[in-house]
Amino acid sequence: MSKTLFDKIWDAHVVAQVEGGTEVLYIDQQFIHEVTSPQAFAGLEKRGIQVARPQQTVATADHNVPTKNQHLPINEELSRFQVNKLAENCEKFGVDYYGLGHHHNGIVHVIGPELGITQPGMTIVCGDSHTSTHGAFGTIAFGIGTSQVEQVLATQCLLQKRPKRMRITVDGKLSKGVLAKDIILYIISKLTASGGTGYFVEYAGSAIRELSMEGRMTICNMSIEMGARGGLIAPDEKTFEYVKGRKFAPKGEAFDQKKAYWETLFTDEDAVFDKEFNFPAEDIEPMVTYGTNPGMGIKITGNIPKMEDVDNPTTFAKSLEYMGLKAGEQLLGKSIDYVFIGSCTNSRIEDLRLVADYVRGKKKAEHVNAMIVPGSQQVMAQVQEEGLDQIFREAGFDFREPGCSACLGMNEDKVPKGKYCVSTSNRNFEGRQGPGARTILASPLVAAATAIEGRIVDVREALN
Amino acid sequence: MDKFKKINSTAVPIPIEEVDTDQIIPARFLKATTRDGFGDNLFRDWRYNSDDSPKEDFILNNPTYSGTILVAGKNFGCGSSREHAAWALYDYGFKVVVSSFFADIFRGNALNNGLLPVQVSEAFLHDIFTAIENAPQAEFVVDLEAQTFTIAATGQSTSFEIDPYKKMCLINGYDDIDYLLSLEDEIKAYEAQRA
Repeated sequence: MSKTLFDKIWDAHVVAQVEGGTEVLYIDQQFIHEVTSPQAFAGLEKRGIQVARPQQTVATADHNVPTKNQHLPINEELSRFQVNKLAENCEKFGVDYYGLGHHHNGIVHVIGPELGITQPGMTIVCGDSHTSTHGAFGTIAFGIGTSQVEQVLATQCLLQKRPKRMRITVDGKLSKGVLAKDIILYIISKLTASGGTGYFVEYAGSAIRELSMEGRMTICNMSIEMGARGGLIAPDEKTFEYVKGRKFAPKGEAFDQKKAYWETLFTDEDAVFDKEFNFPAEDIEPMVTYGTNPGMGIKITGNIPKMEDVDNPTTFAKSLEYMGLKAGEQLLGKSIDYVFIGSCTNSRIEDLRLVADYVRGKKKAEHVNAMIVPGSQQVMAQVQEEGLDQIFREAGFDFREPGCSACLGMNEDKVPKGKYCVSTSNRNFEGRQGPGARTILASPLVAAATAIEGRIVDVREALN
Repeated sequence: MDKFKKINSTAVPIPIEEVDTDQIIPARFLKATTRDGFGDNLFRDWRYNSDDSPKEDFILNNPTYSGTILVAGKNFGCGSSREHAAWALYDYGFKVVVSSFFADIFRGNALNNGLLPVQVSEAFLHDIFTAIENAPQAEFVVDLEAQTFTIAATGQSTSFEIDPYKKMCLINGYDDIDYLLSLEDEIKAYEAQRA
């Protein structure tokens, strides 16, 4: 029988069926971090049980860590306590922990792939909604709550209902200056912030195939922003090449055996999806968001919709009021106060190389506060090896140490009330980057150009 | 987990769509390592000014509205997977959230904590908002056993869907771990067959 890629992986992980259509799904790999795991470990202790398969969980500190002076004890008391608690729990339960300063430390969705822990065909979970990032390798990866983190720690399984399947195909050639981030912001603007709810998405088409592994990660990362449980892309030679030779990837004969299986992971030609969308790559421009959810995006040269053109005027008006923007206006030319380049969406080496290429020999606008936060220690080391940190500093950017940082404003990296921030992160919710902060989501290239010009510019013109 | 019982209560309306989990509980309040006390920061930035004084125009600060049922616009709970959102709502005193559409992860987190998500049609949601607008003390009845939600004054009622397994868990106060732990042999057999 013809199957989708999603069903091939799902079916291979069903341990048992429960009455009413719920299934017991085996989880190959769990990632944990300091914010959504302490109550799960406390739950195990209360029940007096151990972590069932400690070698299948890896921990990192990323959400609630400073991005300066990581060699010193964390200043903020609650953050220090939370990070120390993770270290303690990992020690007690025998889980590998990559704490601050460890050469494997970094944002959980950056380190999984770069260490070769993420491999095609796996089921992967983490108490973080952007776990869908790992779908770029042809995995079923999704975010879970803390009760479920505890379930996986206790049993390596989860109770799940099989979601519906959606395929989004993007065919054609991207124009210059259009990045993976623009593709996904474009898709979400078409489907809305709830258009994918109840579905698992497969991204397909020549424009997706053409993307590097890092570009594919950016696409899958934001699947949750349209409500989807996750997104995945069929693995191919690019995927296998990326995985090969990484620290925890299978080696030699074991790799070849795995690869033979990975090559079977694709959607059969006549497999059926519950929903399909097709978009031409040529229609995609650099994107920016204007509202308070990631579905509120427009082409950089476009206008914010008019009040009469939206379905939910109350919510729309509340959003624009928060953003200090007017219906029908353009964002092009708008003066910006902050630029944040980082997050599990766009903090990998390719993102930072693009930014470095653009800002080389230039200076940021005087009034802009510009910050770059690498996704991991490995990314940071690579940046330093290539001398990109020097380029950033000369251009007036603040280059920090790894972490989630201003993407969610848990640490001190916040955007002040009322200030506009062009951000390469994934969410523009009210207060996401700090109380009252106004976030405009964009690609690393748009963010770099904005920092230099001090206002939102069409990066395609600047590239010419 | 507490057992879920039949509920008769007034409701608190938030007629806003896309209420994300960053609004329900902002990230800067996620530093605790226990499940307690999150209710104090529920809807923190809608509820309090930056000097911690209450915002008078926010519904939770209006004594006219109270109850264990929260009614909100579509796509409630979108965004982050933080279970703290469900903990905050429950800790504040809500037992039921009604919307025309829930984000997946939030729905699961709510069910795992004894907080019942009740999904109704857009039209019925509108009727609930109207009923509260006409009479803030309007009572509603949530009957999980019968899977019905009723506007007491008019008798207008709708049924709602819930997974039969999760329904059994809520009614009995069971959680998923108890069940999964009972499957140890099946899990081992699965691992052996894969190896």
